[in-house]
Amino acid sequence: MATTTTTPVATADTASSSSFVWRYRYWLLLIVVPLLLIAAGKAGLISNFQFLQLSLMIVYAIAVLGLILLTGFNGQISLGHGAFFAVGAYTAAILIDQAGWPFWATLPAAALMCFIVGYLFGLPALRLEGHYLALATFALAVAVPQILKYRHIEPLTHGVMGINVFKSDPPFGLPLSTDQWMFLVVVAIAALMFWVARNLLDSRTGRALIAIRDHSMAASTMGVNVSHYKAAMFGISALYTGVAGALHGIIFEFVAPDSFRFELSIAILVGAVVGGIASLWGAVIGGIFVQVIEKYADAATKAISSAVHLPLELEPWLIYGIALIILMYTMPMGIAGGVAALLRRMKRS
Amino acid sequence: MPLLEVDSLKAYYGQTQALHGVSFALEKGGITALLGANGAGKTTTLRSLCNMVRTEGAVRFDGEVITGRPTESIVRLGFGHVPEGRGTFTNLSVDENLRVAAYTRKDAAAVQRDRDMVFEYFPILKARIDQQAGTLSGGEQQMLAISRALMLGPRLMLLDEPSFGLAPLIVQEIFRIMRRINSEAKVSMLLVEQNAALALDLADDAYVLETGRVVMSGKAADIKNNEAIRKSYLGY
Repeated sequence: MATTTTTPVATADTASSSSFVWRYRYWLLLIVVPLLLIAAGKAGLISNFQFLQLSLMIVYAIAVLGLILLTGFNGQISLGHGAFFAVGAYTAAILIDQAGWPFWATLPAAALMCFIVGYLFGLPALRLEGHYLALATFALAVAVPQILKYRHIEPLTHGVMGINVFKSDPPFGLPLSTDQWMFLVVVAIAALMFWVARNLLDSRTGRALIAIRDHSMAASTMGVNVSHYKAAMFGISALYTGVAGALHGIIFEFVAPDSFRFELSIAILVGAVVGGIASLWGAVIGGIFVQVIEKYADAATKAISSAVHLPLELEPWLIYGIALIILMYTMPMGIAGGVAALLRRMKRS
Repeated sequence: MPLLEVDSLKAYYGQTQALHGVSFALEKGGITALLGANGAGKTTTLRSLCNMVRTEGAVRFDGEVITGRPTESIVRLGFGHVPEGRGTFTNLSVDENLRVAAYTRKDAAAVQRDRDMVFEYFPILKARIDQQAGTLSGGEQQMLAISRALMLGPRLMLLDEPSFGLAPLIVQEIFRIMRRINSEAKVSMLLVEQNAALALDLADDAYVLETGRVVMSGKAADIKNNEAIRKSYLGY
């Protein structure tokens, strides 16, 4: 085994002006890339519909991040994150629809609501592990759309009809379309939430969370309050996915029970695993995957069917399944893990 | 006054009773060994002390009854549990493993002193500081487990089979260092071992467990020199 040797960092001084750029490269990218995209939008290269698609990718990335924090870094499985997504979406929609809140004010409310719901669900879940926790969360995912249709809360939820949400126009008379404006909002919120997640994981709390995943008994013998952290992590995870749900409702301008069927929970889980279950980049990739596969599996099916004559009927789910099998076979650690391994190999040779 | 007093401790896994009233005491600064065959209740005894299984009976630590307190608050009283099978946080680095262990401590200077102490006992861990702990050898992981317990700043270390699955030479080295820790860092130790000969060499006192009961106790030296006891209870 190679021991670690620290080589003195020589590059820092030689290029002090560019080191600023290098140090804040992710933040600069976060500012430059969206502005370039907006510029492309102004020039008519990117349509409003495509901005909506981009926003949805980022929204799913936040949702997947919620699950990755829980499953990848804390070792608790959930097949029911669509439920928290729904709670977030409905919290925002109801506050806008009934109380006339501006959309931005509903986000903290949705976050708080989902944290509470997630925390309360996390408490009994402490007694469940592995398969049993998977089933309990799955039950939550199945139940939530039904609860949303419940007759007695129809004045709030409008039942199966759902709620129409009208997004506000860009403020200060900014020369942006609504979709462009919401895209910028979504990017900013995602940046904030990923930044918080990274700092959380890189802290004393984060180490405790990972220690619980690796060996929960040993963690408790280190003085870590395992049940406290597990319940809190359920809350934080639900908060992330809930904020994603709220953003989804706002940019989609509509929420309805059937948008949040259990397939959504599975899609979030698939996104997390395909992206890379214990990686923040995995969440970004997973979010893109969820959106792209949903949209393009169908298109790919039609394209293939018309191009080549196949002896069997192609279905979008078939494409989805084949894509999953190939990805899991070639990159068992998720795309983020696969790319990291590839980069390591290139560096070595 | 003994540092640890255990009075008719009973423990249960679900419906199954694993300890049927175990009593023993551990002197401050001493090393006490719990011996016995597989399933005698040695590991369960250690887990009961930290309230990781359902227990009845009284455990007094430094005169204070700690029975029924949650694990993490017992740990904060000064218990350094080195769990069975080492309990490595495999995906954290060696450094992060040690940091998790210092999780409860606020005094940064004292933590740094303990880090230096740990690296003096186990220099190999310093060389492996940024390595993922799951990739360490078995012996190194055992050293890490002991180091982690030391980073808690414990008054009493509970060691659950530190020799398990290790080469004899490594075991000897680890036991030599454990003796140093006991005498230099003034940490009392409760040692669970299947390797009775090894444990009796290190310990001052010993208790022999059989199916959840203490069947024999005394000075480690006396038990070691008594061939009848060794043959009938310890099998060597």
